[in-house]
Amino acid sequence: MSEPYFSSLKCRECGRLYPKKAVHVCEFDFGPLEADYDYDRIKAALSRQVIESRPKSMWRYRELLPIDGEPTVGLQVGFTPLVKADRLAKVLGVKEIYVKNDTVNYPTLSFKDRVVSVALSRAIELGLKTVACASTGNLANSVAANAAAAGLDSYVLIPADLEQSKVLNSLVYGTKVIGIHGAYDQVNRLCSEIAGKYGWGFVNVNLRPYYAEGSKSMGFEIMEQLGWKIPAHTVIPMASGSLLTKIYKAYQEFVKIGLVPESKFSVHGAQATGCNPISAAQKSGTDLIRPVPKPNTIAKSLAIGTPADGYYAVRAMEQTGGSAEDVSDEEIIAGIKLLAEMTGIFAETAGGVTVACARKLIDSGKIPRDEPIVLCITGHGLKTAEAVADHIGKPRLIKPSLREFDSLIEAELAEAAH
Amino acid sequence: MAIEVIIPTPLRGMTNNLDTVNAEGATIIEVIDNLNVQFPGIKERLADDQGNLRRFVNIYVNGEDVRFLQDKLTAVKDGDEISIVPAIAGG
Repeated sequence: MSEPYFSSLKCRECGRLYPKKAVHVCEFDFGPLEADYDYDRIKAALSRQVIESRPKSMWRYRELLPIDGEPTVGLQVGFTPLVKADRLAKVLGVKEIYVKNDTVNYPTLSFKDRVVSVALSRAIELGLKTVACASTGNLANSVAANAAAAGLDSYVLIPADLEQSKVLNSLVYGTKVIGIHGAYDQVNRLCSEIAGKYGWGFVNVNLRPYYAEGSKSMGFEIMEQLGWKIPAHTVIPMASGSLLTKIYKAYQEFVKIGLVPESKFSVHGAQATGCNPISAAQKSGTDLIRPVPKPNTIAKSLAIGTPADGYYAVRAMEQTGGSAEDVSDEEIIAGIKLLAEMTGIFAETAGGVTVACARKLIDSGKIPRDEPIVLCITGHGLKTAEAVADHIGKPRLIKPSLREFDSLIEAELAEAAH
Repeated sequence: MAIEVIIPTPLRGMTNNLDTVNAEGATIIEVIDNLNVQFPGIKERLADDQGNLRRFVNIYVNGEDVRFLQDKLTAVKDGDEISIVPAIAGG
């Protein structure tokens, strides 16, 4: 059965149309291919009531996702909490702030389950048996888990120096983990060569037009959870820049099909200073992305020196009046701690980047204090535990003695009284 | 002596499947024009109507991205190595 909503792939540069296969680059000008839809039909089929009647997963918006039939992978992914964070708002000196909490996305605790469920559902429709990815960790975890559940063979290629728990969280699913001696960008280039040679479905290479669309679901959910409106400000971490451009697209699509009223909004991008090609370009007023040859940051999941969607991310910020910011490793750790202490949410390093950049954008006046803000928190802190391990104190150790406990509390009270 | 140009897979259909070809010219755009004489049609894949390099085509001279040199007017000389690389995916 063929669905009428997702019509074709289209070059973002020249508009040439392509069949819905495992291709990602325009043969003519090498522009990226993107999913194109029949929005009139979607508008006729989709209403707030229809969406609200469906199960609470990202697939409640399936007409706006690029598969032909019903989804077959990751049926429970998405619809993560949108948390109103009043204590965080107070510390940051803003009126209203929300955390879109993808640290509890199902099943691998990062937003990557969104993109992978689309890519693998499409891979199955295309008859592919082996799936793979180039990853800084979270994507590898998600491909490994979702491929295991779907019974697909999988390979994940990662830089050899990733965090231990991200490596372990891939290996456990029985995937083939290949560590590459090199930075992510070198892993990526190798994967482009492999994808052409072996005929596998690389979720972020030849399946990228499908994969990338999965990120829109984060934006759809934010709007629905806010009561069917677009937040005035959304702060989004940037690695390739894809998530930011897709949240922007999600907001535009809901306006286009009449699910939310048109309103002014800005999307803002967050990077680590140790790998800030998109932020640096935005700040200097150009859309020319200067690659970072040797990324150096604890936010390894954002360490992409040649961001594929950097140009489009800068354009999205420019078109919405948004800004980019970047932060040091110390600020990232402070951001992780601030979020944990104010909201009870433990984010990975990329979350620290988002919180710390939001703080800078607020303090510099680029985000006004009286307008609603959403922070996109994309991965769980236990995945990058070593980044904060030496910065959060240690348990105090005592014998099982009431006397020792009393004196510990006494000392604490005395300290607090100072 | 000539300038060696490394051709990416998607363009090898135009270069008789050669992954490396020789070309002449004093600047990047002259090299592209020279390539177009040898392999008609290759120029419009690399540059737009005004002769500006397409956004998703990266050209490196001895490993340096020409966008951070003088772009299409970047000077080249015999013995230089030019690589044409389509922008990559990932992320």
